[in-house]
Order: sequence, then structure tokens, then C-alpha cells
Amino acid sequence: MLELRTIPWSARIGLVLTFTFVFVAVFADLVAPYSNTEVVGDVWEPVFGEHILGTDNLGRDLLSRMIYGARTTIFVAAMATALSFSLGSILGFTAAVIGGIVDQAMSRAVDLLMAIPTLIFALVVLSVLPGTLIVLILVMGILDSTRVYRLARAVAVDITVMDFVEAARLRGEGRIWIIFREILPNALSPLVAELGLRFIFAVLFLSALSFLGLGVQPPDADWGGMVKENKEGIVFGIPAALIPAAAIAALAISVNLVADWVLNRTTDLKGGRGNG
Amino acid sequence: MADPADETLLDIRNLRIEATVYPPGEDPHDITIVDDVSLTLGRGRVLGLIGESGAGKSTIGLSSMGYGRGGVRITGGQVLLNGRDILKGGMAGLRGVRGREVCYVAQSAAAAFNPAHRLMDQVTEAALKHGSADRQTVQARAIDLFGQLGLPDPENIGQRYPHQVSGGQLQRVMTAMALASGPDLIVFDEPTTALDVTTQIDVLAAIKLAIRKTGVAALYISHDLAVVAQVSDEMMVLQGGKLVEHGETRQVIEAPREEYTRALVSVRSIRHEEKPPSPEPVLTIRGVTAAYPGTGVDVLRDINVEVHPGQTLAVVGESGSGKSTLARVITGLLPPRAGEVQFAGRTLSAAMEKRSRDDLRELQMIYQMADVAMNPRQTVRTIIGRPLEFYFGLRGKEKERRIAELLDEIEMGEGFIDRYPAELSGGQKQRVCIARALAAKPNLIICDEVTSALDPLVADGILKLLLKLQAEEHVAFLFITHDLATVRAIADSIAVMYQGEVVRYGPKSEVLSPPFDAYTDLLLSSVPEMKLGWLEEVIEHRRMESAGN
Amino acid sequence: MKLIAQRLALGILLLLAVSVLIFVGTELLPGDVAQAILGQTATPEALANLRAELGLNDPSYVRYFDWLGGVLTGDLGTALSNGQNISEALGKRLSNTLFLAMWAAIISVPIAILLGLVAVQHRNGFIDKLISATTLTSISLPEFFIGYLLVYFIAVELQWFPSVSTVYDGMGFADRMSAIALPCATLTLVVLAHMMRMTRAAILNVMQSAYIETAELKGLSPFRIILRHAFPNAIAPIVNVVMLNLAFLVVGVVVVEVIFVYPGMGQYLVDHVSKRDIPVVQACGMIFAAVYISLNIVADIVAIIANPRLRHPK
Repeated sequence: MLELRTIPWSARIGLVLTFTFVFVAVFADLVAPYSNTEVVGDVWEPVFGEHILGTDNLGRDLLSRMIYGARTTIFVAAMATALSFSLGSILGFTAAVIGGIVDQAMSRAVDLLMAIPTLIFALVVLSVLPGTLIVLILVMGILDSTRVYRLARAVAVDITVMDFVEAARLRGEGRIWIIFREILPNALSPLVAELGLRFIFAVLFLSALSFLGLGVQPPDADWGGMVKENKEGIVFGIPAALIPAAAIAALAISVNLVADWVLNRTTDLKGGRGNG
Repeated sequence: MADPADETLLDIRNLRIEATVYPPGEDPHDITIVDDVSLTLGRGRVLGLIGESGAGKSTIGLSSMGYGRGGVRITGGQVLLNGRDILKGGMAGLRGVRGREVCYVAQSAAAAFNPAHRLMDQVTEAALKHGSADRQTVQARAIDLFGQLGLPDPENIGQRYPHQVSGGQLQRVMTAMALASGPDLIVFDEPTTALDVTTQIDVLAAIKLAIRKTGVAALYISHDLAVVAQVSDEMMVLQGGKLVEHGETRQVIEAPREEYTRALVSVRSIRHEEKPPSPEPVLTIRGVTAAYPGTGVDVLRDINVEVHPGQTLAVVGESGSGKSTLARVITGLLPPRAGEVQFAGRTLSAAMEKRSRDDLRELQMIYQMADVAMNPRQTVRTIIGRPLEFYFGLRGKEKERRIAELLDEIEMGEGFIDRYPAELSGGQKQRVCIARALAAKPNLIICDEVTSALDPLVADGILKLLLKLQAEEHVAFLFITHDLATVRAIADSIAVMYQGEVVRYGPKSEVLSPPFDAYTDLLLSSVPEMKLGWLEEVIEHRRMESAGN
Repeated sequence: MKLIAQRLALGILLLLAVSVLIFVGTELLPGDVAQAILGQTATPEALANLRAELGLNDPSYVRYFDWLGGVLTGDLGTALSNGQNISEALGKRLSNTLFLAMWAAIISVPIAILLGLVAVQHRNGFIDKLISATTLTSISLPEFFIGYLLVYFIAVELQWFPSVSTVYDGMGFADRMSAIALPCATLTLVVLAHMMRMTRAAILNVMQSAYIETAELKGLSPFRIILRHAFPNAIAPIVNVVMLNLAFLVVGVVVVEVIFVYPGMGQYLVDHVSKRDIPVVQACGMIFAAVYISLNIVADIVAIIANPRLRHPK
């Protein structure tokens, strides 16, 4: 069983930070001192003054903006990850188990999508689509599902050629048993570890799009958008833009620490369980 | 003339070797791989190191070069070579010894050669580096050695790249590479284990001849006692990193002193009386020709064999003979291009998907690699219980009782029911696979090389178990193997396969008695026998044969 | 030779497919170009006129082949927003972008390979662990975090380099280098750790091969083992790592150009995406994809050339 003692300190820090971010995002209304759009002071008030993180380019409380930004960032990234994950893994498993023409067709289509850098393709598509959250989630989710597809397919193909799957087929087991009882339990660990990495990618991707002015549209803002709003201050020595940028980095690093730990734990399990 | 054996070349004293292991969930700790082993080797003598996997034989062999593979360290004792302790000279000292005084021949020459360079450059590299002669002289010596080792076209074979040469030839080139710098000692680490049996004998003979001609001393490491007996002057038997027995080859083979050695020598001494064929075969394969989809090349051509109830048909052949493809045709994984498979009086559908549940149940299969034949995420309970549930609808107590019975039958007991495959030893894994097959109450079990991944003593136990189960359950076996000793031990009838065809088929007594066809003769005579001088007899026999033709 | 030709042909096929994808992505999605240009208040007549003018009434495949023909002959059309000739506007910017990416590559590739080698030498030691921790952090950092940190500390506080990378024709080499110093440093930091880690993995993989053990057992010196036995086999994987990261660099350049207001392709693309200037977006997308695909082809071809099995068939 999972014991707290056995978790390395790096993963503990990651877990604590990740949970803090998620908590703040979920209970933004209760935690934030001001509303998202309220102007509460001068433009770019310094840190640790009347407002803990100072104010932004329009004189809004930066801490409150950060808290609401956490909600937007985590929500959009989580939805995009959920979409890319379900789409990618279902198609990947299907391709691996069915094989043949279906597998070929899907895999070539994915190769094609991956031949264009994700950011560039997203820019091309966003140039004609309305900048709503739904569109963002769809674009991010679909583009990133190609990577999940590749991983899921590769893992499943590795497992389907194993003798124990052949043994199950020779026993006469149906496709449901083979996918859910033979393949899935063995594919779960690498996929779960990948989940963390895909979420980080979604956070960074969303932030980049918003920073470029093509993601979340004002007056709502995610952290990337807040960097864009406050970037003009940097040249005057006002570090307001660095705060949301650092928050993105902190979230990504925390999730990475957790994902790294999960990955190590699952590789342990593979070779582990005694020393047969 | 003084006996060269009086002069000591290698003197290993109280060798202790340790390694650090990193078990998951535990703190890293050191384990002892070799414990207090001493040996001496005279100039020009050949010492065989024998043992099962984990005995520490390769580790001892490499210690004579001051080398530890992976995290392995020499932590105690001395290794005296030509009177000097090579462990005291530091890395620079070791580099002076390796490749000049001691050379190494690896098990897999295909991996041990650098794919980026021509063979000649690699063969001459050590000799040139250690400055024993100029390039021309060394190359001339290499070509001479290629000839001695029976390589085709010795003048030019050195210009090839490793991937352009066959496995058996590469193994000889590697031997030439070891000999090229004129060392005092060569470590042969299972040099013929990865080869087919008919190739093994030629390489073995070439190695033996080269050793005799050059007078080099050798440590010959192998798990196969019969092979080592052909080349060694003396033998050391190791078990779990400790010395069991050390003596002259003749004494170890003919009068072993220790219990463990006796067990190794008498391995595969199972004798099984052949049963007469019955009128009603359980499996009849008629005119089967098969090709893998999209290749257009027939890997099986017109196969006709029968298996009788409660009996064993052994299908023997080397790699590429098509014997495993035959199993895929019978199970319906590969529908044949022509021919049919009759089973228990009915004709089976060619494709597995179209077979009835009873067809599937009565025809079970056991695999070579028990490791991957079981789902690592399922316990023994699920692995054995699933067929009971699936075919017979057993649930709850009834199922538990039957699982316990099956565990008893495979001589393991109920204590194993909640174990995962990774918590079992190699032999236990294979036993669980046997229980899974038996759970279906089959008429026929296809055994695909089920013992070839196991150590000889463990394999022996599995074979005995299979014979016992056959007697109790009256189940027939189709036993696929490359190992003729196994065939002798368990078969009632034999089919010899060569390049996709059955070249000889019949009851065991007939197949194994003369007159032989050319291939069966080659195959049978290539199986190493546990007696001194066997290799010379075979080589002599073959020379006479070819002279006679 | 045949394999290389095959790979090239495949690359061209892929580029064609990509061009279809980019065209379809911009043309068939539910956004109307004319509406986008004229805004919601435009009269139906004005919309109809503009559609006719832009050829939007032709079937899409006709427009695709028109566009493709243009791309192949170097005519990328005119920008909707200001009527500029796209090919002319892009030429300057493409060379600016390549200049920046090239310097980032020249600095990061040798450092990454060197550090990768160091990590292999000290496998599982302190340096190795440090490198692995840095990589974990650095793949989590957004480009603009690194970029603005550099601007804040180096350009604003220390005033070593300008915070805005202005480049113009006839600029001296030293000035130009000073202008790209910070964007170049940002790009280097972005790809360095990743490239280092992949190089480490590639070399370790080779060093653990049986033939390296053979070389050690011949008593060869570590230097000779690395030079003669490891290096020839490590070339292909290392080139692969480098190419992958260069491709990554080409994409990273988009954000970095925006941070430093550098007059390159990335900035140009982003500007015109907000203006919904589709011909420009198509042209830029095509060029980025072409560079990306070419880098991958180069990696594959090097792998083919470096493989003795393919150079010397049986």
C-alpha cells in the first residue's frame, strides 16, 4: 500500500504545491480578496504594499487576478488533457487491437498531423476560428491527442504480441476481456505517468497561446494572458509580468515532480514484486 | 622435455566478488556472487568452468582479466597471471594485460563486434595496439588463423563487415581475434551456446584444433557439461558462486565425487519406453502447406503427421525449420494454404476464430518463455482459475478446490495461489503454465520449446512432471524442440523437420536407428555426448563419409 | 542511395499533404474571410464584391491549386490587411529568423553535446543528477519566463544588452550580435537541457553495447574506445537529437521573437493571425512546416548514411 514515508521529498513538495494550486482554483471565489475585474488602486503598485502582489497594468489586484487566472489555466488545460487523453488512448488501443488497414490509416493520419509543429498548426487554425474557450480546448485537445495516440498504440502493440495475450485468444476470450483484463492493466502505468506530462504540455501550450494574444480573451485572463498584459512594465523595471510567469513554471514543475515519481514507481512495479 | 603443465600460468586465490543490487522498495545492498574460489591453471591447459545460471562462472572467467561486468567488483583475493597480481597494477596495468596476455571470446559474437568497422581492423586491433608486430605481419597471421579455423575465403573475409557474415562464422572470427595477439590465455564464454546444434559442432572442433595448435591455455565456460568435456583437460563445477568439485575431466565425467556433479552428469538420463501407436490418432495433419501472409514463401510444405492419444510426438528441427509455424497452423493462428487438421475425429476450422469453444479447450498450448506467457498483473489464482471459469463455469469454493488440486498436481501446493508470476522461479512459472493448460482438461497439449529457457536440472524436473501427467491424465503432447536429448527422453514418435519439410517420421525406435538420411544423420551425430573423445569420433566419421562419397 | 531517394520522395509527399492540411485548415473552417476583413457591420454588397475579388466563389480545390502553384513559383500572394506582397515581406524576416536560430544552434549544440558527454563520464554522480534535475525544471519553464527574467535582470538592471532586438539593413555585425544576445540566450536555455539529456541517453546506449566491452577487454585506452568504437555508432543518434532540437528551436522562435519584438517570421505570423490575414498565415505555416520537415529528413538521411548495414549490404 501507499505509505507517506515512502514518498520521496521531491514528490511530496510536488503533491503539496499541486493540491494548493487546484484548491485555490476551485475555491477562487472564497479565496480571492477582490473580484477579477475590480480596479482597486494605481497602475502597477509594488509588491508587498497594500496589495500583497501589487496591482496590474490597469490597477487591478494582482493576487486576485492570479487566483482567477489559476482557475482558467487549470480548467482549460485539464479539459484539453482529458480530451486528448480519451481520444488518443481509445484510438490508439483500437488501432493496436484491430491492426491492419484501420491501424495503417489512423497512424498515417497522425504522422501527417505531427509533421506540422503543434504551435504553428494551432496558430493557423486559430486564425479562422473564434477565440472561445471551447474552441481552445478542442484545438489543444485534438492536436495533442496525436502524441497520446502514438504512446497508447505503442504500449498496446507491445502487449498484444505477448504470449499471454495469444494464450487468452487461444482460450477463446472475447475482445472485451482481452482489452480490459489482459492489455489495460499492463498499459495503465505508462499512460498515467504520461497524463502528468500531457497536462504540463497543455498548461505551457495554453500559456504560450494566451501570451501571443490568441488564447483566453480579456477581460478573462489565464496566467499567460496576464504576462502579456503586464509585459510592457518589464522595461521600466516593474516585475509584475514575472509573477504569473513564475506561477506557470511552479505549477509545471510541481506536476512534473509528481509525474516523475509515478513513472519511477511504475517502472519499479514492472521489474519488482520479489525477485523471481 | 619438461611437462608444460608444471608451469603455472594463472593462479586465482580466495577470489571474492560482490555486486550492489537495487531492489525496488528496499535499500541498495551488496550481494556475494563468487565466494572464496581458488584455482590454478598450467600453461597450455584447458579448464572447463561448469554451472547453471547464477553459478558465477562468467564472473570468474572475466576476473582473470580484472574485469567486472555492470556493477560487479572484485572485493577479495588475488589473481596472479604469469606470477604477477593483475589486480594490483591499476587500470594502466590491466590495459597492458587485456588483449595481450589474456583475450576474450564472447557468447554472442554478433553483438561483440563493432558494426561500424571491417572484421580485419577489429581482429588486428589488439595486437597492433600492444605493439607485438607491424600491420602486415599481424594481418598475415590473422589470415592464417582464418584458414586454421576453417573460414571460407580466408584471404578476403576480413574485408567484410560483421553483419555480412553468419553467426557460426563470426564466432570463429572472434576466436581468431583472440588468438591474433598471441595471448597466454583465452577466456571462452559460452562460445557455441547461441548456435544451432549442427553449427556448434564445427565451431567447437575449430576452436579445439586452434587451441591444440597454438598451445594457448583456456578457461572454457559453459552450462553444457557434454560440450566442455570435449575440449577441457580439467573441470570445475560451480554452484551459487561456490566451488563444488574440481578434477581431471575424465574423473568428473566418469566418477563424480559430489552429489551435485552427479546430478549434472546424469541429467537427461530419463528413459521412456515407447508406446505402440493406436488405431485412432487424436491429431492428424494432412498435406499442410503454409506461408505467412504477404510473403508468398511456403515455410511449411506438405506436412503429414499424427499424434496418438496419451502419447508424445516430438517435432525436432533447427531454427528456421518451420517447427513453430506448425504449432501456429494447428492452433489456428495461421490458417494453412492447403491441407487440413483433424482433431478428435473432426476437421478443425483453419482459422482459430471459427473454432468452437470445445475445439479450443481440448487443444492447449505451453510456451517457451513462461515469463511472457502469463499476465504479470494476474495472480496464480486468476491464471489457473480463468480457464476453469471460462470453460466449466466453476465459481467460488468449487473453483478454489480445483485450483488447489491442480497446484498439487504440478507439485507446488496451495501456498502459491496468491503469488504474482514475478514472485516465482523459472521452473515454477513453467509449472503454473502447465497447470493452466491442464485446467482445460485437454486432449492434446502443444509444448513449444518448453524446457529450452531453463537450466538442465530444472528442465529435467519439468520433463519428469510432463511424463507423470501424461500417465495420469492420458493427455497427448506435440513436443516442439531443437534438443535431441529431450526427444530421446520423452517421445513416442518423432518428426524431423528441415527447411519446412518433414524429412523423417515414425516411431522413436525407427527414427533413431540406422539407416539414416543425410540430415538426420548430421543432426543426430551433432548432439554432444557425455563421453571423452566424442568430438574426434564424429569428425573422423564425417571425414570418412565424405571421403567415401 | 535508393533509400535516400525514397526518403526524399517521402518528404516531398509529406510536404504536399501538409500543404493540403494547412489550406483546408484555413479555408474550410467556419470563419468567413470577407466577413473577417470587413467586420460585422459590412453591407451584403460589399461582402459579395470582396468575395469575388478574392476568388472566394471558386470551388476550394481550384483555389488550392492556384495557391499551390503560387507557392511553388515563389509567389505567396498578397496580404489582405495591407496589400503587401507576401514573398517580399517574408524574405527579410525569414533571413532574420534563420540568423537567430542559427546562432542559438551554434551555441547550444556544442555545449549540449559536451555536457552530455560529461554526464556520461560521471554517470549517477553529482553532476549527472544535477543535469537531470535541471532538465526536469527546464522543460517546465515557459519561454517567456526565461525571456523576461533575462530582460529584467540583464537588460533592465545591468543594462548589458538591449531589451528590444532591433535589427535593420546595414547594421554592423557587432551591433547585430548585441541585439540578438538575449533572444539567442533564451533559445539556448530553452533547448539546452533537453538536448543534453537526449545526448546523454544516446551515448549511454552505445556505451552499454557488447562491442564496447570487447574493446575494453582488448586493453584499449578510454580515449581510443570513445573515438574509435563509440563515436561512429553514436553519430546517427546524436544527429537525430540535434535535428529534433533544432526543429524545436524553430518553433520556440515564435514566442521568443514576440518577447523581444524581433522582426522575424514568428512575429509576422502572430501579428497576422490576430488580423485574420489568411494568405500570410498560410505562407508562414507552410514555411515553418517545410523547415521542420526538412530537418527531420536530414536526420533520417544521416542515420541511413551512418548505418554500415545499409552502406554495405550483404
